[in-house]
Amino acid sequence: MSNIIELKNVNKWFDKFQVLKEINLEVKPKEKIVVCGPSGSGKSTLIRCINRLEEHQEGSIVVDGIEISENTKNIENIRAEVGMVFQQFNLFPHLSILDNCSLAPIWVKKLPKKQAEELAMENLKRVQIEDQAAKFPGQLSGGQQQRAAIARALCMEPKIMLFDEPTSALDPEMIKEVLDVMVDLAKGGMTMIVVTHEMGFAKEVADNMIFMDEGRIVERAKTNDFFENPKSDRTKLFLSQIL
Amino acid sequence: MNLNLIKPNKENLYTYLTIGISLLGIGFIDILINTFLNLNITGFFPSVISYLTPLLLGAFGLHFIRIEYSGNKILDTINKNFNSSNFNAILSLIVIFILIKYVPLLLNWFFFDANFLGSTKEDCTGEGACWVFVRVWFNRFMYGMYPDAEQWRINISFLTLLSSIGLIFILPNRFKKYIILFLLFIFPVIALNLISGGIFGLEWIETGAWGGLSLTFIVSAFALIFCFPIGVFLALGRRSDLPTVRYSSIGFIELWRGVPLITVLFMSAVMFPMFLPDGTYMDKLMRVIIAITLFEAAYMAEVIRGGLQALPRGQYDAAKSLGMGYWRMHFLIIMPQALKLVIPGIANTFLALVKDTPLIFVVGLLELAGMIGLAKTNPKWLGMATEGYVFAALVFWIICFSMSRYSQNLEKKLSTER
Repeated sequence: MSNIIELKNVNKWFDKFQVLKEINLEVKPKEKIVVCGPSGSGKSTLIRCINRLEEHQEGSIVVDGIEISENTKNIENIRAEVGMVFQQFNLFPHLSILDNCSLAPIWVKKLPKKQAEELAMENLKRVQIEDQAAKFPGQLSGGQQQRAAIARALCMEPKIMLFDEPTSALDPEMIKEVLDVMVDLAKGGMTMIVVTHEMGFAKEVADNMIFMDEGRIVERAKTNDFFENPKSDRTKLFLSQIL
Repeated sequence: MNLNLIKPNKENLYTYLTIGISLLGIGFIDILINTFLNLNITGFFPSVISYLTPLLLGAFGLHFIRIEYSGNKILDTINKNFNSSNFNAILSLIVIFILIKYVPLLLNWFFFDANFLGSTKEDCTGEGACWVFVRVWFNRFMYGMYPDAEQWRINISFLTLLSSIGLIFILPNRFKKYIILFLLFIFPVIALNLISGGIFGLEWIETGAWGGLSLTFIVSAFALIFCFPIGVFLALGRRSDLPTVRYSSIGFIELWRGVPLITVLFMSAVMFPMFLPDGTYMDKLMRVIIAITLFEAAYMAEVIRGGLQALPRGQYDAAKSLGMGYWRMHFLIIMPQALKLVIPGIANTFLALVKDTPLIFVVGLLELAGMIGLAKTNPKWLGMATEGYVFAALVFWIICFSMSRYSQNLEKKLSTER
């Protein structure tokens, strides 16, 4: 099967500081990848490059057959295919949950309002907060907000979902409800790249694990191998600290 | 009985209350007699002490009744709100005494000693204000030199405006947008044609004859409507990634912000025509409105930019990640939030705009304050400047205060707490 995401020799600098060093990564359709590593290792930057929230300076990134470049039309097309969930939820506080979900389908995919709202309710049901649809983000708990954010991304019917530490800003009690939704999504066959420290989740759903440090991919392995038989010393050290 | 004068306590509550209230009462009686009977009963003291007596008496009085948890609800309320410490007690007393002393003076000038009836300056015999002046000139203050027989045209325009605004508040949301569209796009054209005339057999009335409060409204309304969108685009332009757009926006904003409005108006009247091709003529009023609009748009742009900068980057990220382009992101996600944040700043700019309109006198257009300036130089009405400008102040205050209240309501209505 051909790759849905392909990164070749990607380098990125913030001013003089190099955040990504020679990143090579291929993702197949329906593959689930969990990216872990210490903070500042470039994992968030890596997935933000995939939908061009960050620019890379060298190398090539191809998503679903479209190469990411300065061409803004291409970028918008890619972004419509790639859903993203953020650490801070980033719901639109001036809109109700239903409007948060139906806005992009109406204005980007040009769906009729009624159809977009049905789609939104469907996805809210999927993450089990359909009863909160009329509320504003500020009235929801953290876990509910993050599930709403997942529903919002799903409403664009993306081929790929990117998760940028989706549970790091949540109270321990709420982490599970968000992870349950993500596990569900994974079982439905979504292509997912997840940056997270939830190793239980990784063991349950990930096909492949990536360990990053100082802007490099240090180790990439099948999930079982990664946890039971890590090759690099840096990975061993990291795993010993968080498991 | 064991009275502790330094630290009043609850045991002898009623003794303290009696002492305190008596002292406080004497203080108040002193100031009341002083105000209403013009008698200084403490005149035998040196002047500074005599002046401060009521304050000192009041402060001691309040000190004696400052008893926490006295069990008396009224006393507790007074202590909590006016009398929580010596400093606060004195502050409260000063404010109350100033009100007692000067509000009656003002009221006397305004109402009790003022003259309302009559038709000439000689009818004003009282000590207070001569409102006859405003009454006689009222028509000019409202309509300027606009011919009396044609004033119904202005009246109809403003009644339409007011009733449409009224409808916005009454009608359900579904119809509101049509009325707003009407007000923004159709109404200005109708009103302008109706007031200036020249079509449908209406007599042409040149803008030089427009004036008074109606001109204030016309200038402010057009400037308000146009400066807002221009400000929005300038604010976006200043943050644009395209250097040409960014630098021209910065240049425009800094140019207009760096020049006094009075100079801008003067230039609009004197210099601007030189840049127009020969034979074209642009109305003086139109040039003035354009000048004020661009001037205030520069301020508006900076206010809105403040709102844009206050938004977290995550909002941009989220909008982009959903595939929205620049315009959809800004008009669906960013602007609604940014504008809501800066409603107080926008209201500020709007108020400043309304209050800047009198400056159009430099090009010979006389709105409310300008008409008053003209009327006070009429030989039959010399010495009426105070009444005139107090009247202008009152009218401007009413306009600005209503706008300010409206902005506060809007703020409350739009808040969806984060």
